[in-house]
Amino acid sequence: MTDTTLSNTPRALSERSQRVRDSLRRRHATEAIFKGLGIGAIVVALGFVSILFADVLSKGIPAFTQSNLHLSVTYDESVINLDPAPTRADGQSDADFRAANLAWQRSVAMLNWNSVVEASLRAAAPEGFEIDSRQIQSIAETNARHQIRDLFVANPGLLGQTVEVDVLASANADNWIKGNIDRELGDSQQQLSAPARALIDTFEENGTITSGFAWSLFSNVDSRAAPAAAGLAGAFMGSLYMMLVVIILAVPIGVASAIYLEEFAPKSRLTDLIEVNINNLAAVPSIVFGLLGAAVFINYLHLPLSAPLVGGLVLTLMTLPTIIIATRGALQGVSPALRQAALGMGASKTQMVFHHVLPVTFPSILTATIIGVAQAMGETAPLLLIGMNAFVASVPATPLDQATALPVQIYLWQGNENRNFFEARTSAAIMVLLGFMILLNAIAIYLRTRLEKRA
Amino acid sequence: MDMIAGKVKMTQQTVNTAMNPTDAIERPIRLTAKDVTVHYGQKQALHGISIQIPDRAVTSFIGPSGCGKSTFLRCINRMNDTIEGAKVGGTIKLDGEDIYAPDLDVVELRARIGMVFQKPNPFPKSIYENVAYGPKIHGLAKNKTDMDEIVVSSLRKAGLFEEVKDRLNEPGTGLSGGQQQRLCIARAIAVGPEVILMDEPCSALDPIATAIIEELIDELRENYTIVIVTHSMQQAARVSQKTAFFHLGNLIEEGVTEDIFTNPVNKQTQDYIMGRIG
Repeated sequence: MTDTTLSNTPRALSERSQRVRDSLRRRHATEAIFKGLGIGAIVVALGFVSILFADVLSKGIPAFTQSNLHLSVTYDESVINLDPAPTRADGQSDADFRAANLAWQRSVAMLNWNSVVEASLRAAAPEGFEIDSRQIQSIAETNARHQIRDLFVANPGLLGQTVEVDVLASANADNWIKGNIDRELGDSQQQLSAPARALIDTFEENGTITSGFAWSLFSNVDSRAAPAAAGLAGAFMGSLYMMLVVIILAVPIGVASAIYLEEFAPKSRLTDLIEVNINNLAAVPSIVFGLLGAAVFINYLHLPLSAPLVGGLVLTLMTLPTIIIATRGALQGVSPALRQAALGMGASKTQMVFHHVLPVTFPSILTATIIGVAQAMGETAPLLLIGMNAFVASVPATPLDQATALPVQIYLWQGNENRNFFEARTSAAIMVLLGFMILLNAIAIYLRTRLEKRA
Repeated sequence: MDMIAGKVKMTQQTVNTAMNPTDAIERPIRLTAKDVTVHYGQKQALHGISIQIPDRAVTSFIGPSGCGKSTFLRCINRMNDTIEGAKVGGTIKLDGEDIYAPDLDVVELRARIGMVFQKPNPFPKSIYENVAYGPKIHGLAKNKTDMDEIVVSSLRKAGLFEEVKDRLNEPGTGLSGGQQQRLCIARAIAVGPEVILMDEPCSALDPIATAIIEELIDELRENYTIVIVTHSMQQAARVSQKTAFFHLGNLIEEGVTEDIFTNPVNKQTQDYIMGRIG
């Protein structure tokens, strides 16, 4: 700086305004560059997201419809030839009756139900259509015989009668109908034989096969023998149980730890160390938590393998740091004026926290918690290490039963050998998982806006 | 000098007609501080403050920024306890009872010594709940009728009732700045304190709201011992009977407000009042 730079002569003034103009030009250029980069980043991100969604939706939507076979099933006395179902005799004990009933059900199960399925398929086929027994049975899904049998067990009076039953078409038949298989390929490359393919086309024309909403995707459990009947019910319940465990454990422990660390704990080396460790734990890869869970919960505490309880415990460990950090952040954001107001009124520290600080921070704690839980629900890696990738063909009744979880089910279906059928199922499962996540996040947003309005 | 003194006299006359200025020091002593020191970590903020605060009068602390007047005020209800690394020495006695005694419950102390802060800080709750909070945590109301009575009379004493009587269930944060500050005063009054500390209560308010609060302080003087920290010498002259001048962590001079503004003994006080330091 010289004296002329600060003087007020006209020359100095014009020189100064010129300098300001020059610097303005530079500033505007910087701003334009930054804005451009920002817009570019957003466009790229949105591009990737839309590619993902387009891919998942285009592959997954067809899996929500499924081919059904409408069959007239005759409970032929020549095939179903066994004693009538036991009726309860006078003076018969409960145990005896149950034993007799079980013996009867066993003999029902031993019957050749495949021939019943085959007969009803043949009845639907045009007169004199030439197809062998194996080929015609490949059209219906393998669980058709169980379905027909179960109807009979529930109502033994069906013997000798003919009833209309809807069964699922097999996965291969479904592929053929949906065009997932190139129809021009030679016999050696087709999964269905030529007569079976021809019969499927005929069935489609005469209305024996129709397409409907795939309820089985939601109501059934996973199945390998009958891929077309594979559903998400088991995985969904498994995820739900894990979510309950995480909410019951991680939320109170996490919020309470955060409140203690932030509001009550004396600042010391120990609390500093704890804080650093919590921050680092949030960055630990999730699979490490899986290893920890396998070592502690399964090897040491001998909790059952593949149980949603163990999965929930592992996910709790994983979610805790997230909840603690988010809650502490929310508590730090509370204005000191509010704390002073409460203390100045003679409120104790606990009263200050619970009457004033927590109500103000509740919406953000809630949002952070729900997002943490949603993140845990999408986690796969740690669950693989505690056996939740096992094939489980039942809906878990309690958190201690074997189960799998939605993201693990996606992983399992993704690896299924029946590619062209399970590709669509995998995408459909992804859609269900995403829908679940969107629902959780929507709840978080709804609760936050509601609570913020009230506060 | 004469001009300022004249102005001070004039305002004294308009506000303090009820009380002879010298009354203040003849009143019984409520609070006695002796050699109070405060350290924030290594830094010493107060160097041995000794002062006596009279009952049912307004005592004002004046002085330039950072002189320790707010720090000393915060010693009186032990709000400094909440600051990490703050260490208080010396003794402060309320009616002869040491407020820093180890067996004294700070919660009870703060019920006896209320505080109004620089920035209006009502709770983000309804007006009613704001006032009812103190009585609730201290268990002062036996039932809902009791509580209603406390809330209404506190709001009345703070001169706010008429303005808010139709919207007691609306949030306190929705009021204007001056109303919020009066709500904070009502909130402090509601627990029936003996002493009310005010830390620059008007510094965030416009002149009209300030005038209303000053009138209110003058009315409250009849029932409460009031200590007020202020940046404004005019305000100290208008509302207080006793004034203490702080500078660089020391109590330089204290006395009857009239005397401090007209005949300051100390050279530093003189300079401050003349506007030469600030």
